[in-house]
Amino acid sequence: MHVLAQADLRLDANAIDYLLLAFYFLLVLGIGYLARRQVSTSLDFFLSGRSLPAWVTGLAFIAANLGAIEVMGMSANGAQYGMPTAHYFWIGAVPAMLFLGVVMMPFYYGSKVRSVPEFMLRRFSKPAHLINGISFATAQILIAGINLFLLASVINLLLGWPTWVSVIIAAAIVLTYTALGGLSAAIYNEVLQFFVIVAALLPLTIVGLYKVGGWEGLADKVSGGPGGAEQLSTWPGNQLTGFGSNFLSVLGLVFGLGFVLSFGYWTTNFVEVQRAMASKSMSAARRTPIIGAFPKMFIPFIVIVPGMIAGVTVTELMGENKAALMQGGSAPSGATFNDALLLLIRDLLPNGMLGIAIAGLLASFMAGMAANLSSFNTVFTYDIWQTYLKKDRPDDYYLRVGRVVTAAATILAIGTAFIASTYSNLMDYLQQLFSFFNAPLFATFILGMFWKRMTPTAGWLGLVTGTAAAVTVFGLTEFGVWDLPGQGGAFVGAGAAFVVDIAVSVVATYATQPKPANQLVGLVYSLTPKDTRQHSTTGEDAGWYRRPALLAGIALAITIALNIIFF
Amino acid sequence: MATESGSHRAGVFDVRTVIALLMGVYGAVTTVMGIGFTSEAEIAKSAGVNINLWAGLGMLVFAALFVLWVKVRPLRVPEEPEQE
Repeated sequence: MHVLAQADLRLDANAIDYLLLAFYFLLVLGIGYLARRQVSTSLDFFLSGRSLPAWVTGLAFIAANLGAIEVMGMSANGAQYGMPTAHYFWIGAVPAMLFLGVVMMPFYYGSKVRSVPEFMLRRFSKPAHLINGISFATAQILIAGINLFLLASVINLLLGWPTWVSVIIAAAIVLTYTALGGLSAAIYNEVLQFFVIVAALLPLTIVGLYKVGGWEGLADKVSGGPGGAEQLSTWPGNQLTGFGSNFLSVLGLVFGLGFVLSFGYWTTNFVEVQRAMASKSMSAARRTPIIGAFPKMFIPFIVIVPGMIAGVTVTELMGENKAALMQGGSAPSGATFNDALLLLIRDLLPNGMLGIAIAGLLASFMAGMAANLSSFNTVFTYDIWQTYLKKDRPDDYYLRVGRVVTAAATILAIGTAFIASTYSNLMDYLQQLFSFFNAPLFATFILGMFWKRMTPTAGWLGLVTGTAAAVTVFGLTEFGVWDLPGQGGAFVGAGAAFVVDIAVSVVATYATQPKPANQLVGLVYSLTPKDTRQHSTTGEDAGWYRRPALLAGIALAITIALNIIFF
Repeated sequence: MATESGSHRAGVFDVRTVIALLMGVYGAVTTVMGIGFTSEAEIAKSAGVNINLWAGLGMLVFAALFVLWVKVRPLRVPEEPEQE
């Protein structure tokens, strides 16, 4: 079955396509090399010396996330579920990004922590810090494995190189420029790949819409297909969540995906937050996720819509194939929804645009993995190595450790890539990981930030029990005790982790001693003087169009409008 | 390294320059492909749209706008990142 899919998926790349691909990688490695010559201190290596303007970090913020997950996973989801997939953007991303910019960023940027675990250390104590550091590092390696696996499978399917060669070559390229240039080079690549992927997906969407007769034509075809007209409206999204009841489905989307998973992901995921920390002022740091929200809300149109087009025009995915796949079986053609975007590219793009599409895909997987590596590097070097193993060494020692750690992480990711390869639906796998790692962290974080009494013991106990709750829900769904198809299992797991974490933390807090208030200044909302949370409004931060709250308001209004239009 | 005090132009490190370079080269190549080297069969495959030509022209316009942006508002990088 897989052999058939491979034979069908071979793209007709010619010399021009390879040339366009080669040009991209030469440019990225060239930038990495040049950036390395400017890297001087370890702060520069890790946080780019806090010198980048908000629009660069804003784009990097969103580009760090526009990796394998979005491009392949969301187009697969689009082919399978249609417009409800947009919840991952309009409910599952934009509100949390705005919250990060408006409420959380002053704490991150103001307290000058280098990582989320470091925040845990200062707010709580060493156990919470160590647990969070280890769980974060584990999550990064597992997710890097997904990116590496997808990158390798694209190389394998498009260019015909064997998977193991593809994995090793992909790993070598990613390692080269993260190790050489650090975060600066990674950010340059992220921003670049964002434009390449848009340059590839936008024409693909336009041609696809031409082919199906515009939006009207697509709507007709989707309504007539196995998913029915339900796939054209975002709410209540029963097919996506796996809940029969509309009420539970909406609840799962709003609380599970919209609140716990998405706030957990966007506000505590250091891959993302690190981008904002690299900006040059408090105002720029706050604007980073808000600026990122604007492109984010329109990405569904160039990711989900091509997926939907693939679901109704690609021979291997339409009609009975789609029906069989939606039943959870395998299609007679041997294709899966994960192939949607690649099949559409094969069907529609001529040589030339094909090369750009391949470059864009490969680059976005690399960007995702590079982001995992660089945040793993920061957390491992500073939060685990420097804090618990080798203290008080000179700066260049930690810089060297950082480079070795990056190399070791790449080798580990090759291992986790093979774990990822055993999952048939990577989106489910990923949402599961988020429910284990991000949901409890978010609960502890938000409680610790707004409740000054919360004690150090409550900090680590909440994290441990929250993760245990999510793992329990995963076990129940995995072994069929509780039947939840779709991605509902992860939403419920995230909700359980959140509730258990909060409950345990509250109980533990009243049983133990809190930290003295003077140690919590700048870390807890009520103990932080208002002026230290303020950003400057002069010089490069002046002007109404640079006010974070106003920008956030505009972004929120557009998102609500989009939800109404596609209701 | 630049020696002016305070700040220096980002030059090639201005990511807009790099974006413009990349999009300019991509746009030029696909435009040429669209004019001379895209067969009727390939155009038919793309629903009758010469997508190489149109996407190529789009990328060239985009690259030109970025060059303009760099010229009008050059990015200045502080020589020493402010540290406490």
